[in-house]
Amino acid sequence: MSVPYALLGLLEQGTSYGYDLKRAYDHHMGATKPLPFGQVYSTLGRLERDRKVKVAGVESGEGPERRRYAITRTGVTDLERWLREPEKPEPHLQTVLFSKVVLALLSDRSAHDYLDAQRAAHLQRMRELTALRRTAPLSQALLADHALFHLEADLRWIDQTTARLEDLREEVYE
Amino acid sequence: MNATPHLSARQVIKSFGPTQALRGVDIDVLPGELVAVMGPSGSGKSTLLHCLAGVLIPDDGEVWFAGRRVDKLPEAERSALRRHSFGFVFQFGQLIPELPAVENVALPLLLDGTGRRGALAAARDALERLAMGDFAASRPGEMSGGEAQRIALARALVTQPAVLFADEPTGSLDSLATERVMDLLVDVAQEDGTTVVLVTHNPRVAAYAAREVVVRDGQTTTSVVSAS
Repeated sequence: MSVPYALLGLLEQGTSYGYDLKRAYDHHMGATKPLPFGQVYSTLGRLERDRKVKVAGVESGEGPERRRYAITRTGVTDLERWLREPEKPEPHLQTVLFSKVVLALLSDRSAHDYLDAQRAAHLQRMRELTALRRTAPLSQALLADHALFHLEADLRWIDQTTARLEDLREEVYE
Repeated sequence: MNATPHLSARQVIKSFGPTQALRGVDIDVLPGELVAVMGPSGSGKSTLLHCLAGVLIPDDGEVWFAGRRVDKLPEAERSALRRHSFGFVFQFGQLIPELPAVENVALPLLLDGTGRRGALAAARDALERLAMGDFAASRPGEMSGGEAQRIALARALVTQPAVLFADEPTGSLDSLATERVMDLLVDVAQEDGTTVVLVTHNPRVAAYAAREVVVRDGQTTTSVVSAS
């Protein structure tokens, strides 16, 4: 699940209120699936419990009080680990892969290195499946084919994104 | 790498006019290894293959094969190396349309001075190994793309080359024909201990290789060793 890390990555840019975090998330990563407010606050609550974020200030007004959040050292460490580690290659990764790329760009980390590591992990899994399908009965080979086609799609997306990383960086910073 | 490389490039640079296709490429290929060379269109991967095979001479850098400095050999010796030690298969089989399959496959042997009877016998054996014996008398126009590419593969392997250079060998085939050609290519290469340099932009084809080298903007950027 990438939402907690997305919020950590956004908070790494500076302290923020839940409302502003939701808007930033939707702007960068939620074009097709905006983040519900409830999920923002429940996620922040869990991050606070796990000491990955802390409340940096409370603003009282006529409505409910507004809590301004800041990422902690523990949060940065966890975010860095997540950004560094390739995801286990499996279908339907597009949201998390894209989030990692955008957050790496936002934080001036190397999105290129991340994409290379992910590409290697994907191709390694494709090698394993290709070796398996060469000796497996057809039913198993076809199941391996299904996984291979999904991994291939991810890998083509990784290559496409690698080729357009500079354009994306400009767009992210707009 | 622990073993001595069979084929190597060291800081290879190659330009075509003002365009620098290779900008200091390094690669090592071990004996019997199948390496995929990947990269976007125009990245220099085919140029790298042609430099490794002695078809192109680098502007700078070194190319080594079996302890010999390929880029320093006279053309006649490089040509002999290509005929005796290297096999080639390309995206479009480049078969001669007027000749039946068996004569297409026999061509490298005939051009190298093997007698016609011996060359045709070896060609029939090569076709049988690739399950194409029934097509010996067929002309390329009478075959599907996948069948023609298997004939091209038989032709590339008929001289029992030490190294097979394959440049997008399945680039014009659908996924089932691709699978058939790649399964055969890998089987035969493994049986014979043939070293294979496979240029492809297709990840599914690259996944047949033990290892990939990525060429980006004329440089090798990644070399991932299989864990298996």
